[in-house]
Amino acid sequence: MNRREALSSVALLLGGTIIGAEAFLSGCKTGESKLGTSLNLTPNDISFLDEVGETILPTTASSPGAKATKIGDFMKTIVNDCYEDKDQQIFLAGMQKLDDASKAKNGKSFMESNDQQRHDLLVDLDKEQKDYTSKKQPADPNHYFRMMKELTLWGYFTSEIGATKALRYIAVPGHYDGCVPYKKGDKAWAT
Amino acid sequence: MPDSLNINNKAVEQNTYDAIVIGSGISGGWAAKELTEKGLKVLMLERGRNIEHVKGYVNANKEAWDYPHRGTRTQQMIKDYPVLKRDYPLNETNLDYWVKDSESPYTEIKRFDWFRGYHVGGRSLMWGRQSYRLSDYDFEANAKEGIAIDWPIRYKEIAPWYSYVEKFAGISGNRDGLPNLPDGEYLPPMDMTCVEKDVSARLKEYYKGQRLMVIGRTANLTEAIPGRTKCQFRNKCWLGCPYGGYFSTQSSTLPAAMATNNLTLRPWSIVTKILYDKDKKKATGVEVLDAETNKTYQFYSKIVFLNASALNSAWVLMNSATDIWSDGLGSSSGELGHNVMDHHFRAGASGTVDGYDDKYYFGRRANGVYIPRYRNIFGDKRDYLRGFGYQGGSGRQGWSREIAELSIGGDFKDALTEPGPWTMGIGGFGETLPYHENKVTLDKNKKDKWGLNVLAFDVEIKENERKMRKDMQQDAIEMLEATGVKNVKGYDREAILGRGIHEMGTARMGKDPKTSVLNKFNQVWDAPNVFVTDGAFMTSSACHNPSLGYMAFTARAADHAVSELKKGNI
Repeated sequence: MNRREALSSVALLLGGTIIGAEAFLSGCKTGESKLGTSLNLTPNDISFLDEVGETILPTTASSPGAKATKIGDFMKTIVNDCYEDKDQQIFLAGMQKLDDASKAKNGKSFMESNDQQRHDLLVDLDKEQKDYTSKKQPADPNHYFRMMKELTLWGYFTSEIGATKALRYIAVPGHYDGCVPYKKGDKAWAT
Repeated sequence: MPDSLNINNKAVEQNTYDAIVIGSGISGGWAAKELTEKGLKVLMLERGRNIEHVKGYVNANKEAWDYPHRGTRTQQMIKDYPVLKRDYPLNETNLDYWVKDSESPYTEIKRFDWFRGYHVGGRSLMWGRQSYRLSDYDFEANAKEGIAIDWPIRYKEIAPWYSYVEKFAGISGNRDGLPNLPDGEYLPPMDMTCVEKDVSARLKEYYKGQRLMVIGRTANLTEAIPGRTKCQFRNKCWLGCPYGGYFSTQSSTLPAAMATNNLTLRPWSIVTKILYDKDKKKATGVEVLDAETNKTYQFYSKIVFLNASALNSAWVLMNSATDIWSDGLGSSSGELGHNVMDHHFRAGASGTVDGYDDKYYFGRRANGVYIPRYRNIFGDKRDYLRGFGYQGGSGRQGWSREIAELSIGGDFKDALTEPGPWTMGIGGFGETLPYHENKVTLDKNKKDKWGLNVLAFDVEIKENERKMRKDMQQDAIEMLEATGVKNVKGYDREAILGRGIHEMGTARMGKDPKTSVLNKFNQVWDAPNVFVTDGAFMTSSACHNPSLGYMAFTARAADHAVSELKKGNI
């Protein structure tokens, strides 16, 4: 018996409907809930974006990944406040497109996929957006995955974790030296 | 004496000062400092709010991650700021320092990007701080070429005043010994990057010393001076500097003026006109509209310094003494509001630099390199007049660069945490000629939030500037390629005047009251106790960032004003 059936049984037992059951059911039916249905992104949407961000910039030996910077919340804020209407719609629709692409490639939703499957999918999507963008005319719509990648890089490297752990940041340098030695492996300045 | 008259006399007395300064930006601050230090009781009027030094710089210690949108503009901001959105000033970090376009509209017969700061300190808080002297190549150009009118002064007259203001303001720079870019009184120069040092050396060699790249001269302190800490190389200048590391009214001239106990500062005071006595042919004071209460006040003084910024100073004059001159005080020459100038820019080139993988820099230098003008001087002759200088700089690319062979993932991320290749770019700042037909006028059909008529702009670049821009791009490409920069790409973006934020020329100085608004000491010919010492006085624009000149001319005019006052001449 799956969960839907179980809940339906409870409803039957109680002789009526459980208030909110439909929402509860739809929210729990993995793979069937639509992503990014409105700008008021749900906790599920944010988790999804966190994982997309983490796949683009994952935790490595040297620094935390994008999820640690709450990249999903950042994407929500920027898309809501800074994007034009048409880009907002592309971004929202893109969330579902990404998930559909996951199902087509890996036979399961992005959230159900393992790290390697997620990585491979986004490598494909990045290639797709790079090909598209290289041929794109200024009036053509932007590619949703380019947006997600840009937002991830921007949000991550301007976050406190990104600027101070992945990069180097000194709030008050105190002096300027125009020509200092650099050796491979030294981190870049955040700004 | 009847009571009412008695009260009236008392009110007049309370509202009477030796001098009134209209505006608190770079030049207004200097006027207040100089006049108060010479013992005058001064009222400084500022149309906007007060911003206190340090305390008022609310974002000065914020980091990128402290801003909800990491500093960038939102769609709401774009709606609210239809003018400011046209260029970089619309941003989340210092939005409150820029004028709300909705409150202070203006009319564009031709497009003009007017980026204003209405608050104590004006644009001295947000300015670019590049500080160069004009030379006789600039002061003599109009006369030699038969353009507009001759400047009424030459370099040797203003040179000591440049020195005077440089010592107080604190200008960092190198003494390069160039005739067209005279040396000043400098704090130690900032460093060039390794790449800039080499490009500079190659440029000098390639052009046999005819073209040079020097370190920018900037109003940032490379050594502490009394009352101010040296620049900390945070590169957050335009938020207001809690260290006083760069020159602003708040860090520099205002504390000096306040220390005399001779200064009264009144924010929220929109000067609507200068009061003029037609019998004495002098100003007697100003009328003020309180921006918060909409009440009207009158203040009286022996002299008035008008420092509202070039365009608004013209606006104040246009609204003054209209019963005698319908186009306002200073309009008898027919030049008031005309000859609007700005520097045209956004033409240049950039590219990448191979090598130097083992070189980097420490600190964030709020300064760049400078290539002084070389066109149409030293025997060079082009199919246009005047010339341009370049500002530029180099740096290593950061996380926003493309890494072709990497897509996403851990290797990609780790690669982005290291600096990328070096890039180097230069962009020209070109002189704009003073055209009589480039003008502002009063639009009697449009009013601002306070019911005041607004300015209408009819200003554009012309053939001389368009020809110059070709060189600004082509020369940049040629110089970068000649000095080993690779993948050089030139650009020439739209040249909209105003966005240089160097407005000049609306009340030019000259030798003849028939063709100029001001005399050589910045006095309005028709009211010699009114001094206009902001960008309005500029007879030509030269190609350098102009603010240092406003400081020098203001200090000189203040000295002259007090001297004339003592002699009873004004």
